[in-house]
Amino acid sequence: MTTDTMTPAIPVTRGSARSELMKQRVLAARWFLVPMLIALGVVAGWPLLRSIWFSFTDASLNNLYGAEFIGIGNYLRWTTLESGRTIYRGLLVDSAWWNAVWNTVRFAAISVGLETVFGMIVALVLNAEFRGRGFVRAAILIPWAIPTIVSARMWGWMLNDQFGIINDMMLRLGLISQKIAWTASADTAMTAVIVVDVWKTTPFMALLVLAGLQMIPRDIYEAADIDGVSKWKQFWRITLPLVRPALMVAIIFRILDAMRIFDLIYVLTPNSSSTKTMSVLARENLFDFDNFAYGSAQSTLLFLIIAGMTVLYIWLGRVNFEGGER
Amino acid sequence: MANLQLNNIRKSFGAVEVIKGVSLEVESGEFMVFVGPSGCGKSTLLRLVAGLEDITSGELTFDGQVVNALTPSKRGIAMVFQSYALYPHMTVYENMAFGMTLEKGHSKEEIRQRVERAADMLQIRQYLDRLPKQLSGGQRQRVAIGRAITRDPRVFLFDEPLSNLDAALRVATRIEIAKLHESMHNTTMIYVTHDQVEAMTLADRICVLRDGIVEQVGTPMELYERPDSMFVAGFIGSPKMNFMSGKLAETFNAPTVGVRGEHMVVKPSDGVWTGTVIHSENLGSDSYIYVDIGADEPVVVREEGGKKHQSGEKVNLAPLEGRVHRFDNAGKPIR
Ligand SMILES: Nc1ncnc2c1ncn2[C@@H]1O[C@H](COP(=O)(O)OP(=O)(O)OP(=O)(O)O)[C@@H](O)[C@H]1O
Ligand SMILES: [Mg+2]
Repeated sequence: MTTDTMTPAIPVTRGSARSELMKQRVLAARWFLVPMLIALGVVAGWPLLRSIWFSFTDASLNNLYGAEFIGIGNYLRWTTLESGRTIYRGLLVDSAWWNAVWNTVRFAAISVGLETVFGMIVALVLNAEFRGRGFVRAAILIPWAIPTIVSARMWGWMLNDQFGIINDMMLRLGLISQKIAWTASADTAMTAVIVVDVWKTTPFMALLVLAGLQMIPRDIYEAADIDGVSKWKQFWRITLPLVRPALMVAIIFRILDAMRIFDLIYVLTPNSSSTKTMSVLARENLFDFDNFAYGSAQSTLLFLIIAGMTVLYIWLGRVNFEGGER
Repeated sequence: MANLQLNNIRKSFGAVEVIKGVSLEVESGEFMVFVGPSGCGKSTLLRLVAGLEDITSGELTFDGQVVNALTPSKRGIAMVFQSYALYPHMTVYENMAFGMTLEKGHSKEEIRQRVERAADMLQIRQYLDRLPKQLSGGQRQRVAIGRAITRDPRVFLFDEPLSNLDAALRVATRIEIAKLHESMHNTTMIYVTHDQVEAMTLADRICVLRDGIVEQVGTPMELYERPDSMFVAGFIGSPKMNFMSGKLAETFNAPTVGVRGEHMVVKPSDGVWTGTVIHSENLGSDSYIYVDIGADEPVVVREEGGKKHQSGEKVNLAPLEGRVHRFDNAGKPIR
């Protein structure tokens, strides 16, 4: 990144002086990075490596340290029956797992998609000048500030089939003819989870987008007015391209978050196979079903999927984390 | 090509009135300059003409047609901003073509021709593929002017287009704008500045604004030679006009007299005023001498050639014949 500012055309004498300075800078940068790398190694790297290791063993909760290496058996193993039929087992052919993967991806795609649209709209509104803007900006953060467990419980009550306010209101308005068990019924559980997640994280998205919007100089909109560009076109041709870098970073944060979704689903729709995500399933295997090694394999795969998506996203979207455009 | 008429235009922001009834006619093809001290409402008035702000009361007409309610693009204006206001994500070409590409009825070929013609006029053709951030300030400002030319406007508006440029570039771009006015002699131009040199050199007529009202409108020489008030007299011309009042003005039979630095001469004896030189500046071609004659501010005398007087020297001063401006107590000229 810094090297491309040093063009080969620089004379050798100046070049060497420059590289001396560069060396110093790189060295200083490395020292500043050391504490963070250590912290990351301890809290993220080590547990990750342990999980990966356990996924290749027969570890169980009571016998973590006596675990023995069994190869890729947790992921895939096969036995050939006498009849000549081969039976595959393991995570890669586990339909419960692939159901969870599908649930997670569906959840992430729909909720991040909705949050992006709503977050953009909210940010555009907040970016306009009006009285009490500061107050509204603070107020809008409230859903984000409430701990997920609390808001999941809160929504759980609101969505409750017997006493929930949502059923009550919709009945009175005539939108539904009988009470619906939003969180318990397989048809509506995913919708309920998505609604709550969108409610909760739209403010986060809005603030990130708002920060991007505020970087756009106002005078170019006046220039666009003079150029006769309609407000609608101004959004598509000026605002959106200029806010894109900020938007891409916001979306990536949200996707990573959504792919790991656990708490909301665990509290709101426990044990519903229509919402069970990779994290929820992995936790079940790790701690409830005493399949520690199998759960580790799921965690490892979850990690690989998320890492793969991130790389793909950065590559496709050409997100520039160094600031500025491309 | 448009004749502009401003009839008693007023503008308030909330309770604060910023433009307090401006009436003015700008003729077709004229180069009109708004000058005035900071905060007097020059930009606001220009933005009212542009349609970027709503007119609170009064009437604005272009060629007799009331345009108060028209959007900027419908008025057929183009504007060059102090901050350039280029679209940062578009190349120079796209910046210049943007307005036209969204308008209906322009073929690609026509757009290209118009952009290239404007680019040739301003010598920015070699930058057409660059982004604004890859250009210097002067080049950016020329792109902004080029974008305005491409629109082929009836009225061309400039809001302090040179104030972000360094001194040398400012002169160069000023000349460029003067040439532009010559080559687009059908286009009415309104130019805002607080630099009176720009005003004097560019304007067909100057409109001096003060606190939201028009002080005087006239050609540069009219304002220089026959200012309608002490304010205009002090604002136009460099160095600033010297004012002497009370006892110092008695010989001229007026409460206050004003004499420009270039109309003041140092005499060996029998001048009108005597004083001590407190400072002198050598500008090469000429020099400014600051003389304390007992007025509130030192009198500035402009002499040709290099420095001839030392600090502490006693000098006699007298105005050139017929170059004394007399003012009454209200600051109005006595003629
Ligand atoms: N949007 C606004 N809201 C409230 N007051 C404003 C607004 N725009 C300008 N003003 C006020 O109007 C007055 C005139 O402002 P304006 O920008 O027209 O001055 P100007 O003559 O262009 O000054 P300068 O030479 O410093 O650019 C100022 O007192 C300013 O505070
Ligand atoms: Mg201004």
